[in-house]
Amino acid sequence: MRYEVRLSGSGGQGLILIGIILAEAAGIYDGKNVVQTQSYGPEARGGASKSEVIISDGTIYYPKATQLDLLLSMTQKSCDEYYLDLKKDGMLIVDSTLVHQVPTNQAFGIPFTHLAKEELGKPFVANIIAIGAIARISGIVKEASLTEAVLKRVPPWSADLNKKALQIGMAEGKKAAAKISG
Amino acid sequence: MPEYTRLIHQYLRHDKKFPHVWCPGCGNGILLGSLIRAIHKTGLSKDDIVLVSGIGCSGRLPVYVDFNTVHTTHGRALTFATGIKLANPALHVIVIMGDGDSMAIGGNHFIHAARRNIDVTAIILNNSIYGMTGGQYSPTTPYGMKASTAVYTSIEQSFKISELAVTAGAVFVGRGTVYHAKFLDGLIEKAIEKKGFSVVEAITHCHTQYGRQNRLGSAVDMMKWQRDSAVPLEKAAKMSEKELEGKIVTGILVDKDLPIYDKEYKKLRERAKGKA
Amino acid sequence: MAENKTRLLQGNEAIVEGAIAAGCRFFAGYPITPATEIAEGMSVKLPIVDGTFVQMEDEIGSMGAIIGASLAGVKSMTATSGPGFSLMQENLGFACISEVPCVIANIMRGGPSTGLPTNTAQGDVMQMRWGTHGDHPIIVLCPYSVEECFSVTLKAFNLSERYRVPVIITTDEVVAHMREKITLPPASSLEIIDRVRPNVPPDWFIPFEDNSLGVPPMSVFGDGYRYHVTGLVHDVRGFPTSKPDEVDGLIRRLHRKIDKGQGYIQEGEHFLTDDAEVVILAYGSIGRTAKQAAILARENGQKVGVFRPITLWPFMRKAVVDILKNVRAVIVPEMNMGQYSREVKRVDQGYARIITLNKVNGQVITPEEILKKLKEVY
Repeated sequence: MRYEVRLSGSGGQGLILIGIILAEAAGIYDGKNVVQTQSYGPEARGGASKSEVIISDGTIYYPKATQLDLLLSMTQKSCDEYYLDLKKDGMLIVDSTLVHQVPTNQAFGIPFTHLAKEELGKPFVANIIAIGAIARISGIVKEASLTEAVLKRVPPWSADLNKKALQIGMAEGKKAAAKISG
Repeated sequence: MPEYTRLIHQYLRHDKKFPHVWCPGCGNGILLGSLIRAIHKTGLSKDDIVLVSGIGCSGRLPVYVDFNTVHTTHGRALTFATGIKLANPALHVIVIMGDGDSMAIGGNHFIHAARRNIDVTAIILNNSIYGMTGGQYSPTTPYGMKASTAVYTSIEQSFKISELAVTAGAVFVGRGTVYHAKFLDGLIEKAIEKKGFSVVEAITHCHTQYGRQNRLGSAVDMMKWQRDSAVPLEKAAKMSEKELEGKIVTGILVDKDLPIYDKEYKKLRERAKGKA
Repeated sequence: MAENKTRLLQGNEAIVEGAIAAGCRFFAGYPITPATEIAEGMSVKLPIVDGTFVQMEDEIGSMGAIIGASLAGVKSMTATSGPGFSLMQENLGFACISEVPCVIANIMRGGPSTGLPTNTAQGDVMQMRWGTHGDHPIIVLCPYSVEECFSVTLKAFNLSERYRVPVIITTDEVVAHMREKITLPPASSLEIIDRVRPNVPPDWFIPFEDNSLGVPPMSVFGDGYRYHVTGLVHDVRGFPTSKPDEVDGLIRRLHRKIDKGQGYIQEGEHFLTDDAEVVILAYGSIGRTAKQAAILARENGQKVGVFRPITLWPFMRKAVVDILKNVRAVIVPEMNMGQYSREVKRVDQGYARIITLNKVNGQVITPEEILKKLKEVY
């Protein structure tokens, strides 16, 4: 099965990093085939940014995501732009701090940026909270693999912070999933 | 056997068919003689010397001498020299350039090689003209002089090569003329022995192009001008800017020490290995 | 050994690993998107293996420096993208005529000029073939995956050392920045080719003398074989010449050594071509699209295969003609206005229909776009 993930938002939100982390978790630790690509503008901060991860048991040829199984949108603009690329039963996960108008009532809305700021005092870990939520909601990657992959990619001083962020993400993911199915 | 014959036998290439490409009376041959005498005095092995040149009359110089020699592209000699030196710091790399070669098309490479303090010696033959292509004006053609692309006289200001080299960070800069050949021998020898980016600017004449177009007379006349215009640095220090107009200030403009790229890189390697 | 672990690497990072494994110990470069990761990787890795990295003032200087390093006996490379590659053409020609081994990675982005720095394209295919002036053969290799970025880089160094030529590795932005799993092979399993050095006494050494391979042994500065290297047409001793027979001899030898080596140099991948009625001829990231399209087409009962040249130049004429003779049509999808398809048409001689598919909007060609083209055949 080919599973396509697009992580979208703006430059500086750490979307490329969580794309790499997701690919590493699914590829190296879960042993699946993965391809991670990205597209970005000239801006290091602000501007559109997206990162894509294809996860599959088989060989992955075409490297880009076109029929999304999962879309994460961390800005309103990216949500509007990519929503139509979702498959019929694809999942939309948005940062409800920044995305106020969701195109479907089936979207998982979690205030990643708000949580990062309020719970951890570090707005820049919103991306790690998001990837935690993605793992819990989609089940596409083993949570232990994800934790390992995160810790490998982040600087050692921030290990605890990132672990906490992941836990918050997973807990929030569970809540959001319950809300949708309930 | 006279000394110069012995040196010719020792340093000129036997398998290269002369005559050379330079006009009778050209200063390039004098510079070549100076270079050979200077190298001979340093006692360096021919195997350890790499002579690199760019394009133009000066670019043909390495082909006649029995070293490792590279005749590169126009203006790029210093970039090749950078690669050679960094790949094998044990080699002594000497770069021969002209004024157009080093200051126009190669100007950027020149200032950056100086700034990086690559341990090579740059010798620039400054004849104020593009000789080989037929006498077009160069970055060192003085304001008001004629060239085949400045028949109404040049309206540009000229570069002062040595002063530019000092500003760019060269650790040794000396200027001489081909008339003062013995002095040039000494400058080149010091430059070769100096660790770091060293520059020798040799003022020379192109009677065929620059001289003819500006009615400056024969090679001999132009060398007399070098003799009469040269002012040693010490004397120049006491002269006004006006008095120095049209003069050639000769001597060692700078002789200092700065960290050298290949030595610094060696230390960097140790730091990198410590981290790995 | 860490190198045997499976890792997630970018195409550009795999090029760095391939270069280090091939014995590259000198890199000179200038920052440019989307090739910069190669320079960054080299600046970190080279000092650890006693190599040297230098960031030059421009790409002209980078090319000069790697030629210099190679003349001094060190395997060298640079990496760039379109604008920088344009600046390298001058000294690329120098490496061709003076037969100095070196490797250039050209990571394609949209052009012309500054173009589309962060988007993908394949617009340099002809520039890589003919960018530097004068008649010259060239080797250009084009990987399509992270694993191939490693193996093709290794091959590029080997070919450059074997034939004393500059070798270009080219990828596009997609392959350069794409991350995939790769398990680096142990160093002992790799075939590493080094240039042949002269073993005659220095007095006997004729630096550019022809031999059966057409590749004279190459001495290294400092070795005791003092010789002259020039960008001028030169005689067998390396000295400038304009004698017609000597000029002709050099230029023809430069071509002959690559012509004779084609069997060794050329490499391509056949994918589902055995029974194919239609073949998609694609290279680089589009090779991936093509394979996906072929699989999807076969689900529809269309017998479609893929031929993917890894060696872009010299053009794989024989392999392409063999395909043309056995199929109804060849589709050539590429992210330019048809640069490579013209080569396919040139050798076609009416064997098969050639269908072009050109995309120049900075985005990769999708399988669906190829499937749509297939409708012209089916």
